[in-house]
Amino acid sequence: MIEILFAQLRAFLVRMRRQPALDWPLALALLLLAAIGLTTLYSASDLDVRTVVNQGARFVLGFALMLMLARVPPQTLRNWTPWLYAGSLVLLVLVAIHGSGRGANRWLDLKVLRFQPSELVKLTLPMMAAWVLNQRELPPKFFSLAIVGVLIALPAALIAKQPDLGTALLVVASGMFVIFLAGMAWWRIALIVGSVAAAAPVAWHFMHEYQRDRLRTLLDPESDPLGKGYHIIQSKIAVGSGGLFGKGWHHGTQSKLEFLPEHTTDFIFAVFSEEWGLIGVCALIALYIFIVGRGLMIAANARDTYSRLLAGAISMSFFVYVMVNGGMIAGMLPVVGVPLPLVSYGGTSVVALLAGFGVLMSIHQHRRLHAR
Amino acid sequence: MVNISKGRLRVKDVRHEADTFRMRAIVGFLVILVALSALITRFAFLQVTHHEEFTAKSEANRISTRGIAPSRGLIYDRNGILLAENTAAFRLEVVPEGVKHMDAMLAELDGVVAVGEDDIARFNVARRNKKPFESVPLRLKLSEDEIARFSINRWRFPAVDIVPYLTRTYPYGETFAHVLGYVGRIDLSEAQRIDASLYTGTTHIGKNGIERYYEDELHGTPGYEKVEINADRRQIGTPLERVAPTPGKNLYLTIDARLQRAAETAFNGRAGAAVALDPRNGEVLALISIPTFDANLFVNGIGQIDYSRLLNDPLKPLLNRAIAGGFLPGSTMKPYVALAGLELGLRKPSDTVVSTGEFHIPGQARGYRDDFPAGVVNMRTAITESVNTYFYTLAYEMGIERFSEGLGRFGFGVKTGVDMVGESAGVLPSREWKRGHSKEPWYPGETVVAGIGQGYWVVTPIQLATAAASIAAKGELRTPRLLRAEQNELNAAPQPVPPALLRGTTITRPANWRAVADGMIGAVNEAGGTALGLGKDFPYVIAGKTGTAERFSRTDETWTSIATSSAERHQVLFECFTPAEDARIAVVVALEAGHSGASDAAPIARKILDAWLAFDDDARRVAGSAGAP
Repeated sequence: MIEILFAQLRAFLVRMRRQPALDWPLALALLLLAAIGLTTLYSASDLDVRTVVNQGARFVLGFALMLMLARVPPQTLRNWTPWLYAGSLVLLVLVAIHGSGRGANRWLDLKVLRFQPSELVKLTLPMMAAWVLNQRELPPKFFSLAIVGVLIALPAALIAKQPDLGTALLVVASGMFVIFLAGMAWWRIALIVGSVAAAAPVAWHFMHEYQRDRLRTLLDPESDPLGKGYHIIQSKIAVGSGGLFGKGWHHGTQSKLEFLPEHTTDFIFAVFSEEWGLIGVCALIALYIFIVGRGLMIAANARDTYSRLLAGAISMSFFVYVMVNGGMIAGMLPVVGVPLPLVSYGGTSVVALLAGFGVLMSIHQHRRLHAR
Repeated sequence: MVNISKGRLRVKDVRHEADTFRMRAIVGFLVILVALSALITRFAFLQVTHHEEFTAKSEANRISTRGIAPSRGLIYDRNGILLAENTAAFRLEVVPEGVKHMDAMLAELDGVVAVGEDDIARFNVARRNKKPFESVPLRLKLSEDEIARFSINRWRFPAVDIVPYLTRTYPYGETFAHVLGYVGRIDLSEAQRIDASLYTGTTHIGKNGIERYYEDELHGTPGYEKVEINADRRQIGTPLERVAPTPGKNLYLTIDARLQRAAETAFNGRAGAAVALDPRNGEVLALISIPTFDANLFVNGIGQIDYSRLLNDPLKPLLNRAIAGGFLPGSTMKPYVALAGLELGLRKPSDTVVSTGEFHIPGQARGYRDDFPAGVVNMRTAITESVNTYFYTLAYEMGIERFSEGLGRFGFGVKTGVDMVGESAGVLPSREWKRGHSKEPWYPGETVVAGIGQGYWVVTPIQLATAAASIAAKGELRTPRLLRAEQNELNAAPQPVPPALLRGTTITRPANWRAVADGMIGAVNEAGGTALGLGKDFPYVIAGKTGTAERFSRTDETWTSIATSSAERHQVLFECFTPAEDARIAVVVALEAGHSGASDAAPIARKILDAWLAFDDDARRVAGSAGAP
């Protein structure tokens, strides 16, 4: 009995070695990022081991999921896509009915684990969009775009109602990347950008007051230094006081003395910038560029349209998270609850992101099987 | 059909789709590079271009500078007797954060240690400027009994604690209340006046007397410590930097505590004031105002009951009569009128006047009374026997312009400039003064009564003492002063302050001094002198002059009602100096009510002189050693 188990394990390991399911450059970059994330978190939490262990456990879970998904052929994933998409929509509806969270219903409590279904949608929506477009004529014509538009709008509307406009916009972006990469005509893109610009005043009208405040304080944080502008002001102080070389690890006074709010989650990039300076920021962003670039390369080499579109959308979404979070802590973009990928404290985001990279790995792994 | 076309399209499109994708991916990646470059540019803008600015803000965030109050300078008398000190005391402090129901807690606490409404009001004011976790004083200066009672019940009040602090204490609270004044908690108007940076951490400020006049010297310079704080402003770790405060200077007064004490005792509670000066230098040896109060009451916040008792007392114990009490000088003014006549050249000492018991202005029916018909008197006799007619005549001849000019030289009608707060200027009768206070013109009769120190005259005891000291010093008019030396540290040598200013010369010819001095010597030592017998058994010759001024106008109803008790009818004064030829002390005693200057004020002055005599050896020794106590 035990011998059989051992034999199976050995066979698995042999298979792993002969057909490594991993894209090593990407995997190493992600591990490096995880290490940076945990180190920064250790400092930001003021050397709280429990926080780091918690987050470490999520990384273990995330990497395990990544390895698992890396072994699932894209074909299988594609077959499951409509069900996964439908499932995540159901979860969103459940959240809308009874969810928990501060000020907004974003969390679903499944007793064993709490998670945000909106994070799941960030993956299932591009899958669904790619699934649809894969079967249709490309570049997509109006009807295809309309179908995808509805598929995007459904979860986006549910998330926006939570209300979590930031995540809703990110979800929309992940769907739009699929369309963009599928080759939507430039004039249509111009039309959409133009109409969004035109609709901005209308959107302002429908925004929640807290959302408007975030935009207002972005434009003039000093107008309310202890209230709504506090986050931005303290974040800019943390970043700016870091200088070129930073204050050194665990020497960031802004986070250590708790001037910087949310310094383990949404504002952890400010802690990193304070402690490692511009040099560290450049290195970290270079790492992110490498990961995104590698992802896009994998996408370009993928064997079919579904894989290509999905891999491309996952990579570009990853960039968007970095951009939105970095822009926020540097006072360029409004305060939205977007974590810094793989650095901010928070389970769902880590697991969802690594699952996405699992899909990328799978696409990479299976690129040649049916290539010719 | 559909399947076929679909299949065809797919076959055809695969390569095209891959090319499109590649193109789009490259465009996307370029956009990403541009966007992230913009992000890095933004970071560089914050971290390099504006680095200094944000570093400053970050430091301002984390470093808090907290003032450390300096300890207040001590006050000694001229011989080094401690008059104002800082003693350790205990107070109750509350951390508001730890109290759920403040009112209920305070009510419960009141059952253990008395907490008055005043305390609670002040507590609530102090609380406003502090963070909830900062300790706020509630009750100051706990008695031993209260400390013991609270200690037993401490478990009931987790957010309340007994905290030691330094409090101002006046060992002779009543004797020196009018000299030293007192310190009290800084109030709203003072908070606006003072330099806040010098008073960080200081709760008290000089309110009166020396404590207020020399506030800057006594206060010292605060130190500070820089501490790291977190966003809740709680201190983290030990101070990063600490600069110790510079304590206030210790002050040595010119007052002799023993003389002061003896003078106070001599008054035996009668309302009035006394000032003893050293004519040679203007040093104030004693300064008494009766009734007095306990200065210690004010330091830690006087209770409403105590305060209204002091405020409503008809004898006004809070009034410093020595510098702000207005007295009618009466006959004590005569030596100055005489000197003015001599200095103006209107009289020679030998000139005589006939006193018939009543003086009339030529052509007027109204008579100006003399106590008795003294007959033919010269200046010396006129002073010795206090003959009104001599001075009626002199004043009338002078006229009001020369009168006020001549008497003004002695410093009447203006503040002496003594180093105290709240001095009154008094009133020197003059046309200008009357113009400012009445529509009536100046009448010659008013000049006549001014000649005997009646009418519009108002003098303060310190003014009169300053004038008397100028005669004692043969014409040198000095600004009286209370500060003798300053000491920077406890063990440092006290630095004498520069000598008092010479304000002017009141006597230009020795013969003039001789005439008036002889008159004053006669008043104490010769038959017919108004204060005869005062100099009995005194080793030095005393020169003096009595004054008995009418408190009430004779036409006033109060006069008739009070006329029966003549002991209450007059304001009585006495001025003197000794040794007459080379005076070392000048004393003025003024009582608000009494029978006569000779019977009531002069004996008190004698007691002060006796006390001075007992300490005279010390006085001479100290004077000889160039002012160092």
